[in-house]
Order: sequence, then structure tokens, then C-alpha cells
Amino acid sequence: MSRYFTDEHEWVDVEGETATVGITDYAQEQLGDIVFVETPEVGAELGQGDDAAVVESVKAASDVYAAVSGTVVEVNEALEDEPALVNSSAEEDGWFFRLTLSDTDELGDLMDEKAYKAFVADL
Amino acid sequence: MSDDTTETLKTLPLDSWHRSLGGRMVPFAGYEMPVQYEGVMAEHLWTRENAGLFDVSHMGQVQLTGEGAADALEAIVPGNISALGVGKIRYTLLLAQDGGILDDLMVTNTGRNLYLVVNGATKHDDIAYFKAQLPSHVTLSHLEDHALLALQGPKAAAALAKLEISPMQPDWPVPADLYFMEAGPFMWGDIPLGISRSGYTGEDGYEISVPAEHAETLAAALCALDEVKSIGLGARDSLRLEAGLPLYGHDMDAGVLPVEANLNFALSKARREEANFAGADRVLVQYPNKADKKRVGLFINGRQPVREGASVVDADGKIIGAVTSGGFSPTLQKPIAMAYVPMALAETGTEIIVEQRGKPIACSVADMPFVPHNYHRKPKL
Repeated sequence: MSRYFTDEHEWVDVEGETATVGITDYAQEQLGDIVFVETPEVGAELGQGDDAAVVESVKAASDVYAAVSGTVVEVNEALEDEPALVNSSAEEDGWFFRLTLSDTDELGDLMDEKAYKAFVADL
Repeated sequence: MSDDTTETLKTLPLDSWHRSLGGRMVPFAGYEMPVQYEGVMAEHLWTRENAGLFDVSHMGQVQLTGEGAADALEAIVPGNISALGVGKIRYTLLLAQDGGILDDLMVTNTGRNLYLVVNGATKHDDIAYFKAQLPSHVTLSHLEDHALLALQGPKAAAALAKLEISPMQPDWPVPADLYFMEAGPFMWGDIPLGISRSGYTGEDGYEISVPAEHAETLAAALCALDEVKSIGLGARDSLRLEAGLPLYGHDMDAGVLPVEANLNFALSKARREEANFAGADRVLVQYPNKADKKRVGLFINGRQPVREGASVVDADGKIIGAVTSGGFSPTLQKPIAMAYVPMALAETGTEIIVEQRGKPIACSVADMPFVPHNYHRKPKL
């Protein structure tokens, strides 16, 4: 399994044709207390960069974009009852959705962990 | 994150103190201000249970001095300022000549002058309007050398009592003796403080005007108390929303009249009868409930907040109103909002549809405040 990152502070775990997407620990820290996550519909076809989800803190709503194109196959239903999972476990239990990749070449646009760490360090 | 990052931002007297506490600074009203320290939720709940210290030094502190200042001010506000006793505070509205709301403000009769606190984002426009509207024998001083701190929460009075603050005269009340919407001059050692029992959270508490050079000493002394933590703007916003208190520039502006803004209580009876304040004709023709629209509270079905800018729509999807503030209530653990709706839909319990990002969200009109006020009111005789 490989983990990729975007400059919008999302992480993407890729296993074969399936990608799991969430927001990074840095992102949850910036957003603060998460009170709601609007996940996409299963079956939705997302293009790279499309609005995919909305994460709501006490104060504001933030868009989560599709880091890569694909068809949504599963969403994290645990977030419905416990959106704070995104705060407590952003990069594991707080994942948002899974999709079937439609174009694995897009992964080349993303950062690896080392590059993402350097990116965050410069912010 | 914000659309005003390109402006030249000013700093407030407590800037470095906020940073040393780990406050996350954001642009607000032209200043860099702390939006949060440990987190909005924790800070909000702390204030509801203990006491929070808020730096509100961005707000405008203005003195009006001179014979007839109260009568002169009444030309542009609908509050009964001339009847305001010494040491009493009134919430009122600064009205344009057409009755539109230019700002909301607190007016205190100090006995020597009128002390006004106006919003930070509007203070320079307000001052220009005062200067244009008030007669030349009324002198305006902008107290730019003063900071303003708000100490809010059920333990605010107990906390402030631990500082040895004395009244200016030995027989005057101490801060704990003030009731809601009363104020007085005090000394903390050799530092003069203007203390009001008032605030913007719905809780008991004080707002304290302090010379800027002593602001950090006072803030540090208060935050050294077990009951007190420094609280950011994020929680200030969620607290005032729960308290049903409108935010100028969001829940009302120059295009809104007082009755529409659900601020009838600011139109005092004597002034309604005199009907001689700016825009009185337009304002009073709507009184008490003859406006086309009204600011109301909303409960939102489900857990997803609706935000400022979302539309209120009818069954056909036609836009009939707008959400002006919205967020998640830490106290109630559910989303709440304020919105303008047609008067016919303003009754408590009426079902309302809000459209956000293309999706309809079911809401219902709620009584405000969402969370009961906890003011230290003077007992009724």
C-alpha cells in the first residue's frame, strides 16, 4: 500500500485499484473541532479536483476535493455518529470515502509523505 | 481562510501576549486577533461553566462630552438616552437618516459624559457620522489608548472579586455590587478601570476598559486565576449565537430596519412617542410587527450546520430569505442559526427550508436565546 498527499491536505491510500481518502492530521488541527462530515454518495463519479465532501467545524465549512478521479464505492459511516473521529484519528479511523481509481496516472500529481512533510513545514 | 488578508493589519495592545499563549491569530476588523487557543469547543464550554477572558480591544470606545450630549445623540439613536441614570447602560442602534442600522452600540451615562462602545469594523464610519450629526458643542473623544477586556461566565464575578479593585469613592459600589447593565469607575492599585456589568455571551460578566499600557498586567492577573482562561473570537461567536445576540455586518446592516432585525426592545416607548430619531417614519410604520421580514432563530434537523449565505427557500425552491449566522452549538450539541424569513413564517415552530450547496435542509423557527441568559439582573421590587 502506498500513501499519497495533496496540497489541499488530503491523504490517499492506494491498494490496487482502490483509494481511501481522508484529511491529514495537519488539516484537522487547523480546522478544530469537527462536528459534521458530508460524505459523497456511493456510486458518485468524481473527477480529479471535484468537490467530494464537506467537513464542518463549529465555526466554518471546508470543502474536500477529490484528489484523484474515480467512482465512490464506500463512505465511512462511522463519521455520521462520531465526526470527532476526524480529530482523534484523521489519518486512520477518520477516513472519508473509498473510490475505484479511474486513472492511476493521476497519482503522479500527488506528493509522497516526505514531500508533504516538507510542504507543511514551509506553511 | 479570509478575504481581507491583503489589507495592512494593525495589532492590538495584547498582540504578543496572545501569541505567547499560543493564540492562533487571524485578520478581523482590520486587526490581527486570536481566533482560538486550545479549540473553540473547549473554550466555549469553559466560558459557560467558568469564566473566559476576551480581548475586544478592536471595538471603538468613544466619549461624548458637553451639555446636551444625550439629547443630541437621541437624534440618531432610538434609545431613551436622556433618561439614562448615572451608572446605567443602554443597548441602542445607530440609525441612518432612512432608519437603516449603521451599527449597534452600548451607551453608558458616566455622570461626566456618555461612554459609547461601538463595533470595531464600523468604528471609523461611526465616528465620522457622529461628527457630522452632533452639534459642535458636543466633543467626541476616541479612546484609542484604551484596551477593552470582557470577562464572561458564571464565575466572572467571583474571579474579579479576587483582584483588589476599589471604587473611585469609598462609598461607591464594588464591581460585585453592579447589576446587569450598570457601570462605574474603579481603581486597581493605581490603574483606573471603567467596569460595566455587560457582555456578548449571554453570561454574567464584565467589560473592562483599561489604559492600553496596563492591559497585559490586567489580562495576566485575571488569567492567573483558576476560574479564568483566555478565549478566542471563535468561541465569542458561538457564544453570542447561542445567546441570540445579532452580529453587526452579518445579522443586520444598513439595509435592515430595527423591527426587521427583531430589535423592538431597542425602540423605547418614549422615543416611539416622540418619533424624532433618524428614519423614525420608516422605522415606526413597521412597529411592532408590520415588517415584511424578520430575524429569527432556527433549529436545523440533523447535525449539519447551515452557514451565513445559505438561502431560505419556499416549496418551489424560490429564495424567500437568507441565513445570516449559523454554526454548531457546543452547549446544545446541535446546529443553530439566525435567518431572515418572511413575517408570515416567523412564528416559533414554523417549518422552514434552507438550501445549501444545492441541497434542501429542513429547519424550524426557534425561540431565542437558544441557551438561556444568565445575567445578574437587578431584582424587581
